[in-house]
Amino acid sequence: MDPELIKDCVHCGFCLPTCPTYALWGEEMDSPRGRIHLMKQHVEGTPLTPEMAGHFDACLGCMACVTACPSGVRYDTLIEQTRAEVERTHRRGWDERAFRALVFGLFPHPRRLRALRLPLKLTERLRPRLAPLLERLDPRLAAMAALAPPVPRRTLIPPLVAARGERRAVVGMLTGCVQAEFFPRVNAATARVLALEGCDVVVPPRQGCCGALSVHSGRPEEAARFARRTIATFERAGVETVIVNAAGCGSSTKEYADLLAGDPAWAERARALRFVDLAEFLAELGPAAERHPLPMTVAYHDACHLAHAQGVRAQPRALLAGVPELRVREIPDAAMCCGSAGTYNLFQPEAARELGDRKAEQVLGVGADLLVSANPGCTMQIASAARRRGEELRVAHTAEVLDASLRGLSPAALGAP
Amino acid sequence: MTPAPADLSGLSGRFLAMLGPHGVITDPVRLRTYECDGLTYHRATPAVVVLPETAEQVAAVVRACHETGTPFVARGSGTGLSGGALPRSDGVLIVTSRMRRILEIDVENRRAVVEPGVTNLAITEAARPYGYYYAPDPSSQQICSIGGNVAENSGGAHCLKYGFTVNHVLAVELVTPEGEIVLLDAMDPGYDLLGAFIGSEGTLGIATKITVRLSREPETVTTLLAAFPDVETGGVAVSAIIGAGIVPAAIEMMDALAIEAAEAAVRCDYPPGAGAVLIVELDGPHAEVAHEFARVDAICRESGAFAVRVADDPARRAAIWKGRRSAFAAVGRISPAYLVQDGVVPRTALPAVLAGIERLSARYGIRVANVFHAGDGNLHPLVLFDDAEEGAGERAELVSGEILDLCLEHGGSITGEHGVGVDKSRYMPKMFTAEDLDTMQLVRCAFDPRNLSNPGKIFPTPRLCGEVPGVRKGVHPLVASGEADLF
Repeated sequence: MDPELIKDCVHCGFCLPTCPTYALWGEEMDSPRGRIHLMKQHVEGTPLTPEMAGHFDACLGCMACVTACPSGVRYDTLIEQTRAEVERTHRRGWDERAFRALVFGLFPHPRRLRALRLPLKLTERLRPRLAPLLERLDPRLAAMAALAPPVPRRTLIPPLVAARGERRAVVGMLTGCVQAEFFPRVNAATARVLALEGCDVVVPPRQGCCGALSVHSGRPEEAARFARRTIATFERAGVETVIVNAAGCGSSTKEYADLLAGDPAWAERARALRFVDLAEFLAELGPAAERHPLPMTVAYHDACHLAHAQGVRAQPRALLAGVPELRVREIPDAAMCCGSAGTYNLFQPEAARELGDRKAEQVLGVGADLLVSANPGCTMQIASAARRRGEELRVAHTAEVLDASLRGLSPAALGAP
Repeated sequence: MTPAPADLSGLSGRFLAMLGPHGVITDPVRLRTYECDGLTYHRATPAVVVLPETAEQVAAVVRACHETGTPFVARGSGTGLSGGALPRSDGVLIVTSRMRRILEIDVENRRAVVEPGVTNLAITEAARPYGYYYAPDPSSQQICSIGGNVAENSGGAHCLKYGFTVNHVLAVELVTPEGEIVLLDAMDPGYDLLGAFIGSEGTLGIATKITVRLSREPETVTTLLAAFPDVETGGVAVSAIIGAGIVPAAIEMMDALAIEAAEAAVRCDYPPGAGAVLIVELDGPHAEVAHEFARVDAICRESGAFAVRVADDPARRAAIWKGRRSAFAAVGRISPAYLVQDGVVPRTALPAVLAGIERLSARYGIRVANVFHAGDGNLHPLVLFDDAEEGAGERAELVSGEILDLCLEHGGSITGEHGVGVDKSRYMPKMFTAEDLDTMQLVRCAFDPRNLSNPGKIFPTPRLCGEVPGVRKGVHPLVASGEADLF
């Protein structure tokens, strides 16, 4: 934990109303200002107590406080450093360690996720009935089971999707881990939209995890390994620009040079590649393909790692606004996290559920036909919270909406389960 | 080093029974996160923190404190800038951050009833769908609590036209320092106890329910940003605007250093090369605003403004205000440490006082950035220093203190809206005689005979209740100077 970064905080409290855990519990030590104070106590010599670790673990890492801070405190860097310190020095209980080993042994590994498809498919009907049992066993396992999405048909994207019409760019595409296995439609839509807009899309097969999960969970060495592999993969693919369509992956790939700062050669290689969010890239490129009308109302949800971590807010809205007959509505309190936050809804299921409930209420209040977001984690989280209220929420990724418009599909095609 | 908290384990046990485990904090590491409010210069770790959710719980906690003679301090969001919510290491910190329900928005009677932990801006957001808002708007409005606003009688940029918290609070339910729940209503005949309570900085009790006035959103709001070569010409424009009989909703000024900080923080994109900017906001009926706007625009240009920008839509207005609202915290970008001062001078004395501040700055080698509510002469000098530099903090303290002397010399006050708290209690004798302070103590003793409610704030080492105030000798200094008469 860098004392210089801690010193930047002037204790003004402007971060408090943006913090999801402060909104839930109203306690100083579960606010960014309070957590920075805990970090300060620790660097000044107070040992890292289990209480401290608990407050750091309770942080969603949504970065809303970074947006709100007038003093420019790098809370994002601070909490990453702090989580690494927690992993180094804090000994968790056996059950927590086992659960974390399960999550980190599974999610960043596309092939292991793939192996899970069959058992998930077979237990799809059984799981709701197992829920009460799991809840009693461990609420985290119950959360994991409840959040597991329906297993879709596998969609293979060819290693090269050629531009339609005049070629305007050549880009690589990061397929992700969970995205690739459980939301293949999003990746397919992303590749199609890019191709229709005149891009050659290079999709290297056997991509690994980008390291987002690890870097956001205090495992920088593991994250650096993933980062080096991802960089090498796209270097081999011969592209300079890599399109990322998942918010969490987008923010971590953009920070590769910082992550690899201790290794100048690799940091240089990281800087040579440009990772860019899909909406950000399309907004820069400008529209070329014809947009067909999509007569429907959508609510746009800002994924934290897109809005707060990458500052991408206007671009997706502009892209949606460019679709004829599509009405875009804003969700109240848009800057507040939905509680998904990567693995947060697995490690802190109660808080995540409460935040999900609040978000679902606000989304449903908007009265849209479809919820659009750039992160499958968010839409899964909000849809499952809506389901708890007995409402079905249709959800889609920005890429899917654009894809439907470019291909002239009907609104009914979007967000079907 | 902050004093070690006292052992109040007996009392904590009682609190646990009243509030449950989630409502009481005794872990030392957690307690320390409450050691200061927005003014980090003063610190004290509370012996115990309680997070009540109802007025009854607040009353039960206060009664227990009263019975045991334990001091207590109320805290809302902890954003105060005078150390008003500085805890006592031998006492209880009562935090209202969980009392944040908006109980009623009564549009017909233009009022809202809220709990003390509700933020200032949350009231406006709740009223906005009906075309109303809550007028006082301190710069920290998105986080400061209404309970804290009542305690400090908070103002904000728009109090020039609309007044302070005291002008917008209709009733307060409070827990007295003896633990009784009492309702004070502005409509009550007899002494204006509500007026006495608002701005009492937590020394007369803890507000648990607040009824505020809602104001109708104006038909039109226009904001003008005028850039001047220096603060003096900006000051001339301010006097000319007010002199012309115009009462803008707000007139704010920022000097070059404050602009530099705001640019660094939020890229507010003010006209380059400005030695000072003036933000003038006009609101009201369309015709009136249009008429006044033309005059303000002309006055600014005649006074020497080299660029004038106008915003009449919310987005562009917000862009102009962004720089001003972030200015305090933004100073952190151009200086490792700083002190925020708050003083008031008669508007006509602004140029002289600003020149005096510049002289102080040069004499001590300490930079001072100025952000102020120019319309009502409320200065917010930001005294910048490097805390790593030997003696810089002490020199900054000196500059900050001498700025207040300067305000007093010009017939002003030691605080406009941040309150006295712990930070300025030592300046109170410069502004008031011992007799004045004794008289104020009589009010305090009427509410808080055991001196348990936020002791150590406002007054420098007060006489104990029951002690006879000194016999007045000689003539009151204000009478001597001809500024007041005795009848």
